[in-house]
Amino acid sequence: MIEVQGVTFFYPGTREPALENISLTIRPGEFLAITGPNGSGKSTLARLLNGLLRPGKGRVLVDGLDTADAASLVEIRRRVGMVFQDPDNQLVAATVEDDVAFGPENLGLPPAAVRQRVAAALEAVELADLKTRPPHRLSGGQKQRLALAGVLAMEPVYLVLDEATAMLDPVGREEVLKKVLALRREKGLAVILITHFMEEAALAERMLVLNEGRIILSGPPADVLQQEEGLAKAGLKAPAIVALGKSLRQAGVKLPASIVTVEEMARALWKLASGK
Amino acid sequence: MMVELGQYIPGTSCIHYLDPRAKLLGLFFYGLALLLAPTGITASLTGAAILPVIVLAGLAPSFIWRQLKPLLVFLVIIFFLQVALTPGEIIAAIGPLRITREGLDYGIMALARVFFLIVAASVLMATTDPLALADGLERLLRPGQRFGLPSVELALMLTLALRFVPTLLEEAERIMRAQVARGATFRGSQVKNLMPLIIPLFISAFRRAEGLAEAMEARAYRGGKGRTRMRELHFKPADYIFLLLAVLLVAGTAYYRLGFGS
Repeated sequence: MIEVQGVTFFYPGTREPALENISLTIRPGEFLAITGPNGSGKSTLARLLNGLLRPGKGRVLVDGLDTADAASLVEIRRRVGMVFQDPDNQLVAATVEDDVAFGPENLGLPPAAVRQRVAAALEAVELADLKTRPPHRLSGGQKQRLALAGVLAMEPVYLVLDEATAMLDPVGREEVLKKVLALRREKGLAVILITHFMEEAALAERMLVLNEGRIILSGPPADVLQQEEGLAKAGLKAPAIVALGKSLRQAGVKLPASIVTVEEMARALWKLASGK
Repeated sequence: MMVELGQYIPGTSCIHYLDPRAKLLGLFFYGLALLLAPTGITASLTGAAILPVIVLAGLAPSFIWRQLKPLLVFLVIIFFLQVALTPGEIIAAIGPLRITREGLDYGIMALARVFFLIVAASVLMATTDPLALADGLERLLRPGQRFGLPSVELALMLTLALRFVPTLLEEAERIMRAQVARGATFRGSQVKNLMPLIIPLFISAFRRAEGLAEAMEARAYRGGKGRTRMRELHFKPADYIFLLLAVLLVAGTAYYRLGFGS
């Protein structure tokens, strides 16, 4: 469990807090989406979860380990894996397999164990064929899957994706997101998805909307995405499918209000059409 | 854009398969032997020890020639300076230039030293994967850790450089296109003309460095302490034989240097 307890955070030299009095609990295996406009504090919150940043006020506990305690940081970072936005800035080695090995090597694992984890992680993201390739000869989607493998090799409990699909084309985006969701199913990883794509956030079990460093909305996407006013205040807009559902309901089509993804809409319409 | 670094030529020869540490030490001993050889002839003979290595590595003479070509002028200057400036028994004179027996000998010696050292270094680079080379260097420098030598960090720096050179080259190309689209020209060799390329490239490199540091920290990097390596290096019998030959070469030249050979 990750517990964020009353956290306020200031960047050095700024007077406005980047985050103000945030409290939040993330359960193992959960799928949480964190959204908000640029500058709302999403990335700051992500960096507090694995101790890249320490809270000015309040505490962040990862399975009971305090991120303010320097001695726990290695274990915290093993548990909370993080994939960043820019694929080029997070790959450190000159070949795919060496890059995946970087994390386990930092954990001080013996070479044989490192090799075994590298092989398993590359298998999991389907990059085993490319293991000797230099990272600059991979596509954007492949680079992000490699970054994912680098994190998986540390056998994390929580996976934080900080806008990890924002720089990819739609195909790459789907490629990475699908892989992440499959890994969650297979390994029971908790996924914390930081995104400004509402369509991605709609897939989560729970979503938070941040604005100016505060949580302004929180709950299942089916509830949050209906709150047009609240979303608009944060400069966000629900996916088109939510607007479509609303229009259809106003036109007298009997659809539940909880529809937030294309798939759910298709199912609901199919159910209506087949008269069940 | 395809960017390949260094002059590494992948291959399957026995020289390719030698442990990178053995090759690095081999180069060190070879250089030492060249320095110890007391005369032009002994230095040339010592240097010739690289020839069977070239043959075994399957390197073409044209490859060696390409490595030497840019340094040719430098080699010629070294030779003539030694020939012209060493006093001794005059064997020929062209105008004010006096060629001495000693000068000729020193000239050949200096030439052989530099020439063969360059050849040997290119053979090392051509037959060793740069990554393996960085690994080998790390292991060799590891004993220096006790005296504060950051061997793990040095090797990491090397691999990071290998990793980022292609990325930065791509970036340079992108910036150049962006500037050309805005009407810039990159003609002329004046540094001034390159500023619109160099400054954005530096800024972006610093930004990348920041992101990279964060990503490394997120993956539990905390300096060299407690860090292990996936790649293991093992000395094989061939490595011991190779090193033994290199040491014998040093012993042989040392023998001549101390005057037992004459």
